[in-house]
Amino acid sequence: MEPPRIRITVTVNGEPYQEDVAATRSLLDFLRNDLGLTGTKEGCGEGECGACSVILDGRLVDACLIFAAEADGRRVETVEGLADGEALHPLQGAFATAGAAQCGYCTPGMLMAGKALLDRNPSPTHEEVAHGIAGNLCRCTGYGTIIQAVMEAAKES
Amino acid sequence: MRPFHYRAPRSLDEALALLTPQAVPLAGGTDLFLKMERRQTQADTVVDLKRIPELGRIEAADGGVRIGALALMDSLGASSLIAGQYEALTRSARVVGSIQTRNRATLGGNLANASPAADTATPLMALGASAEAADATGTRQVPVDQLFLGPGRTALRDGELLTAVLVPALPARAGSAFQRCVRTAMDIALVNCAAFVRLDGDDPDTVAEARIALGAVGPTPLRTASAENCLTGARLDERVVEEAGECAASDAQPIDDVRAGADYRREMVRVLTRRAIWKAFRRARGEA
Ligand SMILES: Cc1cc2nc3c(=O)[nH]c(=O)nc-3n(C[C@H](O)[C@H](O)[C@H](O)COP(=O)(O)OP(=O)(O)OC[C@H]3O[C@@H](n4cnc5c(N)ncnc54)[C@H](O)[C@@H]3O)c2cc1C
Ligand code: FES
Ligand code: FES
Repeated sequence: MEPPRIRITVTVNGEPYQEDVAATRSLLDFLRNDLGLTGTKEGCGEGECGACSVILDGRLVDACLIFAAEADGRRVETVEGLADGEALHPLQGAFATAGAAQCGYCTPGMLMAGKALLDRNPSPTHEEVAHGIAGNLCRCTGYGTIIQAVMEAAKES
Repeated sequence: MRPFHYRAPRSLDEALALLTPQAVPLAGGTDLFLKMERRQTQADTVVDLKRIPELGRIEAADGGVRIGALALMDSLGASSLIAGQYEALTRSARVVGSIQTRNRATLGGNLANASPAADTATPLMALGASAEAADATGTRQVPVDQLFLGPGRTALRDGELLTAVLVPALPARAGSAFQRCVRTAMDIALVNCAAFVRLDGDDPDTVAEARIALGAVGPTPLRTASAENCLTGARLDERVVEEAGECAASDAQPIDDVRAGADYRREMVRVLTRRAIWKAFRRARGEA
């Protein structure tokens, strides 16, 4: 069978995109390969690590387990949408200051998890932050500085 | 991945018409996506159910609650119609995967996927819930404890969709609890257990009715009749609860696999059953 394609309209970081995608395309591959937004990472590809976390219609999700077609008509936020031009988002600034990134592979997902949390709960406790990033694995930094950075960002914004 | 057609119907009728034998329903995709990637399904059409608004609702019905099959784990875990009343269900929904998982995973998908370890299955069995199934000819109800036929196999017929789960009204002096043990936070349960206890109107130490369900210790989630019989009509004390745990362990049919050995699982059934019974008992007495 000729691989079926589908035309989708998706708003990514406020920009509308209209693209033809294969029905089998994951949202992650769509963002990275079709739109060139390579900030979102692929770790496990199985919903376990959170490296591919994006915000879909206000909810934090793993883009590796979603078909691009499912995002038709929806809003996606990725790490590329955080900074305002050269001005870093408070979360990004706080991560840099706290040293919350080493290799940086988990960082885009951590930032989006932090954003999803702060969007709902602007002044979380330490425990709430730990819970908010529980779906995101980091092999290097340790979670202490990451939690600290999210707490700092909450104070600033 | 094998190529497929993607369809996103707006109504249940439209979805049912699309469900040919070559089509597979898609809810959150947290199980299905990987099944498709691993070519464990032959489907040539994927029918996405997420654009059918009525399937996502959680509403009061007949004194109990009607939960649309597409209700998210996150919504279930946060629902005030469920918390307090159906504690076992609330607790199970809150431990499925990560936040990211719970923002996609649905109740209907958890049941239809029919994993022996499905975390919401045992609470629903303990609470006496039924699944509502629909096809082009109408709807019917299947008690959740008769829904599972084997790993990945349910009583749903070809062309049938799970549309809702109906949880009956919680009787007076009743409570429920959920317990599970896992290797790591993101892993499926090694064992899970849900208990429902209703106490006697005249004697608040005596159990009038009990339902105990076990997960990940058999080809399907299962009720343990011997543990239930052991509790029914008994005044609850350490000895009775110990015995119920013993009965549950002997009803369990655990296997050795990469996650844990059968002996360990059986021992955990004993422990989790005892804990679940005590918790359900305290809730039934309004103490927790
Ligand atoms: C990282 C990770 C962690 C997980 N942790 C847990 C856990 O702790 N506990 C647990 O129980 N599960 C866990 N799961 C498994 C999964 O998330 C759940 O089983 C989830 O509830 C499945 O729901 P879904 O909406 O994503 O289903 P889908 O993947 O969309 O569908 C699952 C199956 O059910 C069928 N289906 C879906 N909806 C219907 C319907 N309405 N009618 C008929 N058939 C239908 C589909 O065709 C498919 O075969 C985990 C998964 C991942 C990726
Ligand atoms: S890459 Fe998606 S969760 Fe790991
Ligand atoms: S900084 Fe390397 S994985 Fe987190």
